[in-house]
Amino acid sequence: MCCAVLFFFLLIVQVDGVWPLPQQLDQSADRNSLSPQRFSFTYGRDSAAQTGCSVLDAAFKRYFSIIFPDFTKGSGLLIVKTRGCDGYPDEDSDESYNLSVSEGQAVLRSVTVWGALRGLESFSQLVYQDDYGSYFINKTEIVDFPRFAFRGLLLDTSRHYLPLHAILKTLDAMAYSKFNVFHWHIVDDPSFPYQSRTFPDLSNKGAFHPFTHVYTQSDVMRVIEHARMRGIRVIPEFDSPGHTQSWGKGQPNLLTPCYKGDVPSGSFGPVDPTVDTTYKFMESLLKEVKFVFPDSYVHLGGDEVSFACWQSNPNVRTFMEKMGFGKDFTKLESFYMERTSIVWQDVFDYHERDTVLEIWKGETYQAELSRMTKAGHRVLLSAPWYINHISYGQDWRNSYAVQPQNFSGTEEQKKLVIGGEVAMWGEYVDATNLNPRLWPRACAAAERLWSDEEKTLNADLAFPRLEKFRCELLRRGIQAEPLFVGHCKHEYDGL
Amino acid sequence: MYCLLKCAPLILAVAVCHGWLFGDFVRKQELNEISLWPIPQKFQSSAVAFKLSPASFQIVHAKQSSAGPSCSILENAFRRYFEYVFGDLKSRKKVYDSDLVELQVWITSADPECDGYPSLQTDESYELSVDEPSAVLKAANAWGALRGLETFSQLVYEDDYGANNINKTEISDFPRFAHRGILLDSSRHFLPLKVILANLEAMAMNKFNVFHWHIVDDQSFPYMSRTFPDLSQKGAYHPFTHVYTPSDVKMVIEFARMRGIRVIPEFDTPGHTRSWGNGIKDLLTPCYSGSSPSGTFGPVNPILNSSYDFMTEFFKEISTVFPDAYIHLGGDEVDFSCWKSNPDIQKFMVQQGFGTDYSKLESFYVQRLLDIVAATKKGYMVWQEVFDNGVKLKADTQIHVWKERPQYQDEMAKVTAAGFNTLLSTPWYLNRISYGQDWVNIYKADPQNFTGTDAQKKLVIGGEACLWGEYVDATNLTPRLWPRASAVAERLWSDKSVTDVGNAYNRLAQHRCRMVKRGIPAEPLFVGHCRQEYMGL
Repeated sequence: MCCAVLFFFLLIVQVDGVWPLPQQLDQSADRNSLSPQRFSFTYGRDSAAQTGCSVLDAAFKRYFSIIFPDFTKGSGLLIVKTRGCDGYPDEDSDESYNLSVSEGQAVLRSVTVWGALRGLESFSQLVYQDDYGSYFINKTEIVDFPRFAFRGLLLDTSRHYLPLHAILKTLDAMAYSKFNVFHWHIVDDPSFPYQSRTFPDLSNKGAFHPFTHVYTQSDVMRVIEHARMRGIRVIPEFDSPGHTQSWGKGQPNLLTPCYKGDVPSGSFGPVDPTVDTTYKFMESLLKEVKFVFPDSYVHLGGDEVSFACWQSNPNVRTFMEKMGFGKDFTKLESFYMERTSIVWQDVFDYHERDTVLEIWKGETYQAELSRMTKAGHRVLLSAPWYINHISYGQDWRNSYAVQPQNFSGTEEQKKLVIGGEVAMWGEYVDATNLNPRLWPRACAAAERLWSDEEKTLNADLAFPRLEKFRCELLRRGIQAEPLFVGHCKHEYDGL
Repeated sequence: MYCLLKCAPLILAVAVCHGWLFGDFVRKQELNEISLWPIPQKFQSSAVAFKLSPASFQIVHAKQSSAGPSCSILENAFRRYFEYVFGDLKSRKKVYDSDLVELQVWITSADPECDGYPSLQTDESYELSVDEPSAVLKAANAWGALRGLETFSQLVYEDDYGANNINKTEISDFPRFAHRGILLDSSRHFLPLKVILANLEAMAMNKFNVFHWHIVDDQSFPYMSRTFPDLSQKGAYHPFTHVYTPSDVKMVIEFARMRGIRVIPEFDTPGHTRSWGNGIKDLLTPCYSGSSPSGTFGPVNPILNSSYDFMTEFFKEISTVFPDAYIHLGGDEVDFSCWKSNPDIQKFMVQQGFGTDYSKLESFYVQRLLDIVAATKKGYMVWQEVFDNGVKLKADTQIHVWKERPQYQDEMAKVTAAGFNTLLSTPWYLNRISYGQDWVNIYKADPQNFTGTDAQKKLVIGGEACLWGEYVDATNLTPRLWPRASAVAERLWSDKSVTDVGNAYNRLAQHRCRMVKRGIPAEPLFVGHCRQEYMGL
């Protein structure tokens, strides 16, 4: 009997691990038991953050019930060097932490509360239960920090409306995988669910439904606060001048009327770049966006602009002539983008930062990376992580095999890659299938963006750890789909 | 709300309201006409609409009906469909006059089959006539009535004031194929009971009538056997949390019966049996590495009498637990390498004069198994390899076509030329996912699209959508299956000529919203929205 127990115990230890893998992890077989009755999180005496730190107080509560799901009350120690409990994470946030688990106590040190959150997540993944339900944690030393500062996930709430709880649940799961940016592709051609204070008609007329399919200001606040509590930035995307069909419903004269011969055809194209009202509108809208979303970035889109409608419109053609653009409509697009981003920079007084470019196009992303960084741009990689593209089998392995800095270029160029983003576009996704399609497939990119590439190149080695992590996600109530044949102790209990 | 507006004293308001109502009415009625799924064989509808009030509308047994209040299938179905039509209790408080006061359900044959089970021969046809003041649903038996109730519930639509409407309609309907199945795999991943039951609900919404329960396989044996409890005790992922107890199985069968769905279990042998070996000693063939056993096991050992003794006892139990006249015996993908490695088997091959043709050994096993199962008075279904390998089969055996090579059309032609009933699954392996609207190809496949005589075509009894479990469990099963399986449902129910993809898209998009409204997380076909989005999670 004793031997059997030992055998099982060894099995547990073998698959034990943290996802994404910490930069340095040393574990010994010495295990310490944790008593749910006696265990507690406390702030270290020399910690800058103390009780009253909203982010960490909430995180203690959250992680206590994640670690001990069957208990409601509970020695750990937490030392955070700087304050900043009421702020928002940003692109310069230091997310590093050190975790030392020894007998009787564990010490988590971090520079910021955001680092402490990452450390708490790792700590929670180190705790395991034996077959008799007792909790253990092995003696462990972790030194950890993210490889990339920008680790994002894009959700598209325009092609299908995603109920608030689906977004909040996704933020929970993002924190478990140490993602730190929620890229909210909030509006697009099909619908405009963002309820604007300044232009209420945008959602009144542009949403799928003006009441049931919108995000009110308080919904948006809730998303931002839920994200902040988990160390996640919220970057909204207001894509223009293309992808704006839904905008036109609530904002007359914003879009370019397309022509058929000499007469308007009744359909509309991209935003009309030739009239001043457009820029006035954009300025007011972006002022509001700045006020509502605390992050210093907004994503301005600018992708996939179709020139056919502009070409058909006589006013646009006259304007082109006046400006000396000839027949080159990309010049018109640049003109628009410059004017809006000037608007943007004026709004933010934010000149010193250059724009971050996101690479999303197809198969030759390495070449794009090389080209963009050579031009000195900072870039984000998304192309290989369009996980709305599904296929049969273990496609997480493809996401995992991506090497964001594997392109021809200098060290300086490689440093310009500030991270990447998993995109879940919404053509075929809504609340019915979002979660199992995201998780655990997005976890592959999460590890690529956080961990040391040298230590995580082998997908076969990662497989058992990821399998265990997906069961852990299930236990935490995330509807994560299976990687392959097998089972979890706690299967998903919903529908 | 509706009445309030209609009765508003201001003439202007009335005019405006009527204008609104009319415009809206026309739009809704158009939507409604195309929202039936699968589309009935004969369907006629007029623009005349009747109101249904949740406070007064009733579903009742017709006076002439051979079924009455003791018919539990219908009583349960009346309640179920009343709830589908009127939603939950909250919204039932709306009061307005009902133009349509009742739906009379009239079972015409002497035996309504209320206490029986559906079968391959079951007549599922029905006639539905919606007119003031009563709608009449006529069917030979309770099973046809279930199909008609589903159609009736799909005819009812809500206008913008929340009132329920139904148009004057005449429907005469029957299925194109008798066997319209869904395969779920509860071995590669365990599927909690709740998931199976929810999918039986969804099947009924799509007029599927066979649940093919691929209950055990290599990976796990969740079926709890009374005769051989060790099978699940040692072969399931977990002996308590990941098993189907006898009462679970009973519940699935009864839940399915209530919806006119047959439950056909599959106990696949001699391959796909690794999990069986955990609980039954010496059942599987020991594989050899050189001259000594390697410690691994292959297919069922076909040379031992004990194997057949076990199968006899086991299938005796299965034949009593599952009431359907058919059992699926599998017989696919038998790997010969283990048999080849085993010296006892080699000796047996020589004794029997099989030479080195191991498909003869497979046939030897399958024939003995078929005799065992035939003795339990059950019919059987087998995967196509059993036919391909030339095993002698009873005339009423059903051959299940699933392979991509050779082309399934050729296989269908071959099987039917040999005079066997056949059913098709090849184009409907829904576990194989891809990006985009793959329901279109699923929809376009037709089981009778092969070269053969009319007599051959008649031997096609239907088909099954298969959702194998390698990458599927409770987390993603339902949205992966629906509404993609709905495409199969229409192909198997509706007339052969129903092939317009554009028209199907519009109806299917609404049908998926209807499933979402009824609590089934059916995934979207493309960009858009449902009035009521999925709220579970």
